[in-house]
Amino acid sequence: MTINEIQDQIIEEFSVFDDWLDKYNYIIETANDLPKIDEKFRVEQNLISGCNSKVWLSGELENGKIIFKADSDAIITKGIIALLLKVLNNRSPKDLIDFDLYFIEKIGLQENLSPTRANGLLSMIKQIKMYAIAYNSKQNN
Amino acid sequence: MNLDVDKIREDFPILKQNLYSGQLVYLDNAATTQKPISVINIINEYYLKYNANIHRGVHYLSEKMTQAYEASRKTIKNFINAEHAHEIIFTSGTTESINLVAFSFGEQYIKEGDEILVTQMEHHSNIVPWQMLCERKKAKLKVININTFGELFLGELDNLLTEKTKLLAITHVSNTLGTINPLKEIIAKAHKKGVYVLVDGAQGVQHQQVDVVDLDCDFYVFSGHKIYGPTGIGVLYGKEKLLNEMPPYKGGGDMIKSVTFEKTIYNDLPLKFEAGTSNFIGAIGLDHAIRYVSNIGISNIAEYEKELASYTSIELAKIEGVKVFGNAMNKSSIISFNIQDVHSFDAGMVLDKMNIAVRTGTHCTQPIMDFFGISGTVRASLAFYNTTQEIDKLIEGVQKVKKLFG
Repeated sequence: MTINEIQDQIIEEFSVFDDWLDKYNYIIETANDLPKIDEKFRVEQNLISGCNSKVWLSGELENGKIIFKADSDAIITKGIIALLLKVLNNRSPKDLIDFDLYFIEKIGLQENLSPTRANGLLSMIKQIKMYAIAYNSKQNN
Repeated sequence: MNLDVDKIREDFPILKQNLYSGQLVYLDNAATTQKPISVINIINEYYLKYNANIHRGVHYLSEKMTQAYEASRKTIKNFINAEHAHEIIFTSGTTESINLVAFSFGEQYIKEGDEILVTQMEHHSNIVPWQMLCERKKAKLKVININTFGELFLGELDNLLTEKTKLLAITHVSNTLGTINPLKEIIAKAHKKGVYVLVDGAQGVQHQQVDVVDLDCDFYVFSGHKIYGPTGIGVLYGKEKLLNEMPPYKGGGDMIKSVTFEKTIYNDLPLKFEAGTSNFIGAIGLDHAIRYVSNIGISNIAEYEKELASYTSIELAKIEGVKVFGNAMNKSSIISFNIQDVHSFDAGMVLDKMNIAVRTGTHCTQPIMDFFGISGTVRASLAFYNTTQEIDKLIEGVQKVKKLFG
C-alpha cells in the first residue's frame, strides 16, 4: 500500500471513536503492538530529545528500503510512533524525502506535533527525512 | 476556611469555560495563575484612556501613566514591606531579575576563586545565571543538597558557607516539591558569614506573607504572572546599599542622567536598572493583582490553600501506586506525583482530555529529577480559587489513568 493509502486507512479506523479516551485506548493498544525493543537500543546515539517524553530512533537500509526501529518512554508517544511507522516504515529513501503527512491532523492529534509539546515526535519525523536523504545520496553514489 | 471561594471564582471568568467535555479544572497555577477581572479591566482601561510613555512627556496622559506606574512601585513596596520604593525594580519577571543580579552584583562583588551557593531544589533559572557568572569570573558553584522528603540538608550549611562564599541563591518555595524553606534561619546563618542572599520568590510571594525587612534578605525576586498579574512584568527587590553599588545591567533610555560621547552619568535608583521603555501597563496590572490578593488577605489564602493541599495529598495517598515527591513538613500547595508504571506525560495527556490542566515533566528542575531517579512528575499546583470538587475530579482522573495504562 502507498503512504497515502495507509494514512487513509488509519483515518478510517479512527473515525469510529467519538470519545477521547477511546482514541487513547486505541493508541495505547497500538503501542503495545510495537515490537518489543531491547533496552540496549535506548542509547544516546539513538535518542531524540524531548523535554516531556523521550524518543529513540534508528534506521537501516535493507534491500533498498529503510527499516526503522523506534521507541519511547511514554506510551501515548510510543503509540503515535507505531502509527507513524505503519505509514513510513519499509519505504524507499526516495518515498521518504517528500511525503505529505496528513493523518495525524485528521485523527485529531496535531497538538502532538507542536514544537512546544517537546515530546520528540516532531524531531522524529525530521530525523526520518534525514535518514532518507542520507540513504538516498548513498544509493546515488 | 475563611474564603468564599464561589464568590472568588466569579472574579475569574476563565475558570467558567468548558473544554472537551466539561468545565476547566485549572491546576497549573505554579506555571501561571489566572487573572481576576479587575486586572483585566484595568489593563483594558489604561490602554483605552491613558496610554502614553512614562517619565517622558509633559502632557496629561504621560503624567497620568507615570503616576500610576510609580503608584504600583509603592503598592509592591508596601506588599513586601520594603523600606524604600526605589528598592523595587521592575523587570520582565523572575528570570530577568535573577539575571540582573547575577550580572550586576557579579560585576561588583565576584572575583576569581569566589564561591556561589545554590540548592539542589532550584529552578533552572536560579542555577544557570550563576553558572554563567561563575564561568565569566572563574568562580565556583556549590550546592546544598536535599533529603528524600525534599527538604534541604541544613546540617551542611555551616560547612558550605566559607570565607570564599559571596552569595547564596535560594528558592522560597520549591516549584516542584512545594517545600517552603526556613529562610529566616538560613539568611541569618549566611549573614553571620558575610554572605549575601538572593531569594527566588516566584512560588513564594503569592502564597505567604513576605516581609523583606524581617527576612533580612538582600534580594527578593518574583514574577507578576504567578501572582494573578499580567505576564512580562516582574520585580527585583534589593537593599538600597547594594543596588547603589551595583553597576547597571542594561544601557539605554531612562537609566541615564546625562550622555555625552565621553561620559554617561547613570540615573539614580530605581531607574538606573530600568533601561528602555518599561512594561508600564504590566506594572499597573500587577498593582491591581496585588491589591486583589491583599484584599482577600495572604494569610487567608495560605490557610485555605494549605487545607486544600492536604486534602489533595490524602486523597492521592489513598490510590495504590501513587507516589508523591516532596513530603516536607512545611509545604506549599504544590503536589508532584507519579502513578506506578505510568509516564507523567501519558498521565498529563489523559488528564487534559478530562479537562484537567496539570504540568508534566521535569518542571525546569532536572537536578531534582536526577536526585529521585525519575524522568518527570505530574504536578498539581493549587490556588485559592480551586475547590475540593476540582480535586475530586483530579482524583477521578488519576484513577482513570491508572486503569487505562494498568
